[in-house]
Amino acid sequence: MEQKTKIHAEDGKQELLITRTFDLPVELLFKAYAEPGIVEQWMGTKVLKLENKRHGGYQFETTDPKGNKYGFNGVIHEFVPNQKITRTFEMENTPFGVQLEFYEFQPLTDDTSKLNIHIVFRSVANRDQMLQLPFAQGINMAHNRLQDIAGKLK
Amino acid sequence: MNLRRDVFQAIADPTRRAILLLVASQAMTAGAIAANFDTARPTVSKHLQILTECELLKQEQSGREIYYHFNAKKMKEVADFIEPFRKMWDDRFNKLEDIMKKYKSK
Repeated sequence: MEQKTKIHAEDGKQELLITRTFDLPVELLFKAYAEPGIVEQWMGTKVLKLENKRHGGYQFETTDPKGNKYGFNGVIHEFVPNQKITRTFEMENTPFGVQLEFYEFQPLTDDTSKLNIHIVFRSVANRDQMLQLPFAQGINMAHNRLQDIAGKLK
Repeated sequence: MNLRRDVFQAIADPTRRAILLLVASQAMTAGAIAANFDTARPTVSKHLQILTECELLKQEQSGREIYYHFNAKKMKEVADFIEPFRKMWDDRFNKLEDIMKKYKSK
């Protein structure tokens, strides 16, 4: 079966393409990015600010199970309903820096749509680091679990 | 293609992932690695053997000791290295899809 979510990251390039097809009309797909209440549900984050307009800004805050808070923010450059969003994205208090994101929303049929996300990073190293993050977190989580278990055995 | 499957079997195990994390921060001997786990020493040796066989770890002799190094290059060679990243987005988008399907039927 073909994967619905695809990642295209060419070696040595500082960009990344994420594509995904949805069993949703393009209007509903776009709504999931535009309505703060819906963004909160699927992103699992708190939306502190979301100004859907040119020169608008957004600010999200995620809390992990331990109560640590992580901030994300960016500036919106283009906002064309049901077509595209161009914005910057930054994870606060991390060395990752700012990335530029182009979202393209495409209708495929009346009930299906496609999302193309093109992300440009400051450097190749920066992109590779970001790609490796979930893997590193996976290792970290495994390590923490081991430490927890080991701690209980003492 | 056998090798690639092996790499994924290797990193599918939480203890082996923990070993990779340890060794990624600094090269270590088998004894030093084993000291971090409550698992029996032969079990840790077996994990090290699997990780070395699929080239995620490299052995280097230094005097009388053998040190295990993390082979970052091998990690990068694995095309599916970004699979956890893809999985993260896939999960997120599945959630989006579910929520919007319910939204539609409201």
